[in-house]
Amino acid sequence: MTNMLNLTLKVWRQAGPDQPGRFEEYTTTVADDASFLEMLDYVNEDLIAHDQEPIAFDHDCREGICGSCGVMIDGQAHGPQKGTATCQLHMRKFADGSHITVEPWRAAGFPLIRDLSVDRSAFDRIIESGGYISVSTGAAPEANMIPVPKDVADAAMDAAACIGCGACVAACPNSAASLFTSAKMQQLNLLPQGQAERWRRTEDMVETMEEFFGSCTNHGECQEACPKEIPIDFIAMMNRDYLKAKFANRRRGGQRKAG
Amino acid sequence: MPHATVARPGAEAPPVHKPVDRNAPWPVQFWQSAVGKKWLMALSGVALWGFVFVHMIGNLKLYLGEKDYNEYGESLRTLLHPIMPNHVVLWIMRIGLIGAFVIHIVAAASLTQMNRRSRPVGYQSTRDYISANFASRSMRITGVIILAYLIFHLFDLSWTGTGATYVRGDVYDNVVGSLQRPWSAAAYAIANIALGIHLFHGTWSMFQSMGLNNPRYNSIRRAIAFGMSTVVAVANLTFPILVATKVVK
Repeated sequence: MTNMLNLTLKVWRQAGPDQPGRFEEYTTTVADDASFLEMLDYVNEDLIAHDQEPIAFDHDCREGICGSCGVMIDGQAHGPQKGTATCQLHMRKFADGSHITVEPWRAAGFPLIRDLSVDRSAFDRIIESGGYISVSTGAAPEANMIPVPKDVADAAMDAAACIGCGACVAACPNSAASLFTSAKMQQLNLLPQGQAERWRRTEDMVETMEEFFGSCTNHGECQEACPKEIPIDFIAMMNRDYLKAKFANRRRGGQRKAG
Repeated sequence: MPHATVARPGAEAPPVHKPVDRNAPWPVQFWQSAVGKKWLMALSGVALWGFVFVHMIGNLKLYLGEKDYNEYGESLRTLLHPIMPNHVVLWIMRIGLIGAFVIHIVAAASLTQMNRRSRPVGYQSTRDYISANFASRSMRITGVIILAYLIFHLFDLSWTGTGATYVRGDVYDNVVGSLQRPWSAAAYAIANIALGIHLFHGTWSMFQSMGLNNPRYNSIRRAIAFGMSTVVAVANLTFPILVATKVVK
């Protein structure tokens, strides 16, 4: 049976990157089977009906797989439910009469665009620097030509579950992007197809990450916030690979010094 | 290299950290990177851990009496004598320790500044932390307490003494004399509780920073950190307690 919830929201409103921001209070009544974003939709429809600016927030698939949505809800990235993106968080998680505070991700690497919407393109810079493999185009090779042990495939798949929402950065007390970067790196470093560029990828992705984001101090907040429950084990693997990458001399014997 | 050449469209995030100089020698590159600095913090942490542990074991000789304890103190000066000249091994260890302290503290200060720059506008509502604990969030505070006490400790028992009767070489009486003063015992206790808290997060954290990650022992990393830090803190705390209760005098 559907219950109706009376809620008081405190939402961060900011007209633009350089404008002053503040919390605004809104009240709404919503069915408990609405998602958190649907609840914000109702608030926005109300605002539009009263000729006011709707709250800007990012969203797309609303199925928890695109990584577009994400806000701080009562001080937790993606809210109180573990392993759940904001769009898949349902209002039944909140009690009638709740006060809910909604704030955007805060990090130097995620400049605020408007209200709850931030620019996460620093993540794209990290991917561009090495989050890919270079392959010859043409017909897809026969999948079973390259043997991959099942446990390795499973570990790589766990890393590949990352949707790039930025909750790890938002939840980290240091605004570090280690969980995102390590997941995007290890999904390739673990597999045979990722070996050719492994050490270059590791150096490039770590050092691009460090241009925009903070440094990991092993609090573990990121794995708690991650809607895909990616473990910080991948951060340890990244740290190990970074040392190897710096040690590895990729120039071979007999090779002339370049330039 | 690629990150230097890629065009950055749209609202650009400000850089918070200088790029690593790829033309520098690799140890320099390692120091310039935050992941590299965390490695060096972990390695220097292992060295400092070794010192704290051996120091604690040595101090337990206090319970064997004045003669044993003073002999132990003197034996540190003559370590590996006559293979090496007197004091040489002691100085090698001292220089190594000073180096570990400098690396640990400078890297921590540099990473702290980087992390401050990484969130110029903080959360305006209250954060609700899930796994970050008191130990992990107070590393900078416990670290500074330990450093402050270390400086006092060196003056107190190695350099000049701090008011109580101080006789160079009379290690047993110096320690007991110092800890018989309540304020000195209290400072000692506070510093060692801070040390235990610092070691708890530090020990767990060094596994992560050095990539020591294996499903075989991942589940016991926190237990190892708790056990090791508790042993050091509790053993150290027995000294002022037993002096205060006049078991050791």
